Amino acid sequence: MEDVNAPHSMGTTIIGITYDGGVVLGADSRTSTGMYVANRASDKITQLTDNVYLCRSGSAADSQVVSDYVRYFLHQHTIQLGQPATVKVASNLIRLLSYSNKNMLETGLIVGGWDKYEGGKIYSVPLGGTLLEQPFAIGGSGSSYLYGFFDQAWKEGMNKDEAEKLVVKAVSLAIARDGASGGVVRTVIINSEGVTRNFYPGDELPLWHEELEPCSSLLDILSSTGPEPMSI
Amino acid sequence: MSSIGTGYDLSVTTFSPDGRVFQIEYAAKAVDNSGTVIGIKCKDGIVMGVEKLIASKMMLPGSNRRIHSVHRHSGMAVAGLAADGRQIVARAKSEATNYESVYGEPIPVKELADRVASYVHLCTLYWWLRPFGCGVILGGYDRDGPQLYMVEPSGVSYMYFGAAIGKGRQGAKTDIEKLKLSEMTCREGVIEVAKIIYKLHDEAKDKAFELEMSWVCDESKRQHEKVPDDLLEAAKAAAKAALEEMDAD
Repeated sequence: MEDVNAPHSMGTTIIGITYDGGVVLGADSRTSTGMYVANRASDKITQLTDNVYLCRSGSAADSQVVSDYVRYFLHQHTIQLGQPATVKVASNLIRLLSYSNKNMLETGLIVGGWDKYEGGKIYSVPLGGTLLEQPFAIGGSGSSYLYGFFDQAWKEGMNKDEAEKLVVKAVSLAIARDGASGGVVRTVIINSEGVTRNFYPGDELPLWHEELEPCSSLLDILSSTGPEPMSI
Repeated sequence: MSSIGTGYDLSVTTFSPDGRVFQIEYAAKAVDNSGTVIGIKCKDGIVMGVEKLIASKMMLPGSNRRIHSVHRHSGMAVAGLAADGRQIVARAKSEATNYESVYGEPIPVKELADRVASYVHLCTLYWWLRPFGCGVILGGYDRDGPQLYMVEPSGVSYMYFGAAIGKGRQGAKTDIEKLKLSEMTCREGVIEVAKIIYKLHDEAKDKAFELEMSWVCDESKRQHEKVPDDLLEAAKAAAKAALEEMDAD
């Protein structure tokens, strides 16, 4: 019963990584109200400008409001400047709102995009309103399970396909372990050529240990070889 | 070009029948009567120079600063009413720091010029305000490279590769046009600006003057600063030598 009145929260796994030429943003798609999944196919990667996107986590309402304000400010800024806003400016605006309203907001954000001065950049704006530029960033409840994974799997100078595969793999790992993350994996690739959105439904995601096909007979299990070791 | 607008020149909110606002034109005259101010855009930065006419022999050299740093990457040279100029510089500094605290990056020079121009224009819109009696040459070096803007009392602002205001501006503009700025470094530009200012200084009409120069270029690490003393002295010496050569002819 408490579920109906619980605030919409995006348990979430969100990721942003830079690669040689741009950035790849990724997220799961579960929005929960308590234990009830309010939206199993939400889009947590929202557009701020043509070249800058935002991954949202935490309170759905708070992150939407912050992104709406920043989209509005960036629109005016772009008109004033006469050229696209930079990723740094977008993330600074996000940070100012997050920090000034830290008592009221509960949202962790990852800003990613491409501009002609700095190329692909990722900025992390976690709960308190810090602004941190990083080669890659992870956030949301599912990210807890990804710190070790990224320490091992991350490398500089990946190409676009390697980067996207890494993001999809990471989100699906987090979905496997984190109850508050689930659904599909959405990715957004941003580079000098533009923006590409991709969608990976649940059945196209790699399977991990406990998700292997169920066996109907114990004899089958005993005689079968163990699951493949996870290849890096 | 210049005429008296009898009857239509009492207020900045009055147009004349031929579509002019005389108060703004009179404000521009205040700029024309001031010492020459020059700015040039070289291939690696901006150089600005001011002919500071010395009002009194009792003034210490280095006082009456006419070139101000507005931000790390940009500076302004003012001509005209000094107190008005101080106000504009203060406003520009405030716009620059405000932009940086909101947007997290140094203010692009184009944006700074737009804001200064809007502010100057603002004071031409109300009858209870008078227009600024000063023109400003704004030079800065941002991620789009070095840029030079000039803001006039009317509030217009254009980007230039060479600009001059004040008494000797006609001569200065002619001399600047002769320079090959796109091939010149700022170090060479400093010498050229000094030569032009010395050449245009009218010994008969004005007594002494002090040369104040600043630059923002690759050599100054893209920071706006006074031209180093040794280079300034070298520039003055070269300018004086060039004058003597001319006189000798």
